[in-house]
Amino acid sequence: MAARSPRRPVSVGPTQERREWTIASDVQAITPIVETIQALCAAAGFSPRQCRLNIPVAITEALSNAILRGNASDAARHVRVRVALEGSRLLVDVIDEGAGFDVQAAQRQPDQPDWLEREDGRGYFLMRSLMDQVESRMADTDGRHTLRLILHRT
Amino acid sequence: MSFLLARTDDRLLVEVDGQLIVSNRQEFKQAVLDEVEQGVRVVIVDFTRATYIDSSGLGALVSLGKRLRESGGDLRLAALNDDLRTLFELTRLDALFPLFASRDGAISGS
Repeated sequence: MAARSPRRPVSVGPTQERREWTIASDVQAITPIVETIQALCAAAGFSPRQCRLNIPVAITEALSNAILRGNASDAARHVRVRVALEGSRLLVDVIDEGAGFDVQAAQRQPDQPDWLEREDGRGYFLMRSLMDQVESRMADTDGRHTLRLILHRT
Repeated sequence: MSFLLARTDDRLLVEVDGQLIVSNRQEFKQAVLDEVEQGVRVVIVDFTRATYIDSSGLGALVSLGKRLRESGGDLRLAALNDDLRTLFELTRLDALFPLFASRDGAISGS
């Protein structure tokens, strides 16, 4: 079976909304963006639970990861956020200036022995649990890393 | 997002209003740790007015719970709505913390 390219565009319907932000590497910038996306998704008919839980938690994780790990909180680096509501699908790209991360290494699971005692290491698990799809593209020639989150309306 | 702290003897009640996430988790954690350093042994976090928690917020709770247990104390979580409870179940942290339906239940420990 041919490997599916993560870059292949998938068309599921007309674009209803698009938003884009470029923010400094400051975690205080996260909440206003998350609140805007929550409002867009609520208006697009995503379920109240998706708007209260899946969307804010997963997007907060993605932005936090980009700011703290991708950009190492470097004030000179920026994070781009691109949001598209296409038909019944929410697509969020979070682009940082880091080298990306090893998705396999980030696949920590709750059944691992030190899971309950660790303060960190649950972000990627939560994104995977709360989104339908999470894709990580390693940095390409312009030195950027993209984390793509996809959620379908229920 | 804000926190309201109320102390009675060695017991601290913390009300979380809004999110407990990466942007305020350090403030939250330090405020509780300061009280623990001053003799608090039982911390009750009331989530009645909370909206959502991310992995940083969960991590802060894990860290505080560990600190309290080491000093013979306890961290009790109260009034989690279905969404918040889902986060604890997904991450299996419901096995680490006593989850109480109400603040009063958490205070009495029953």
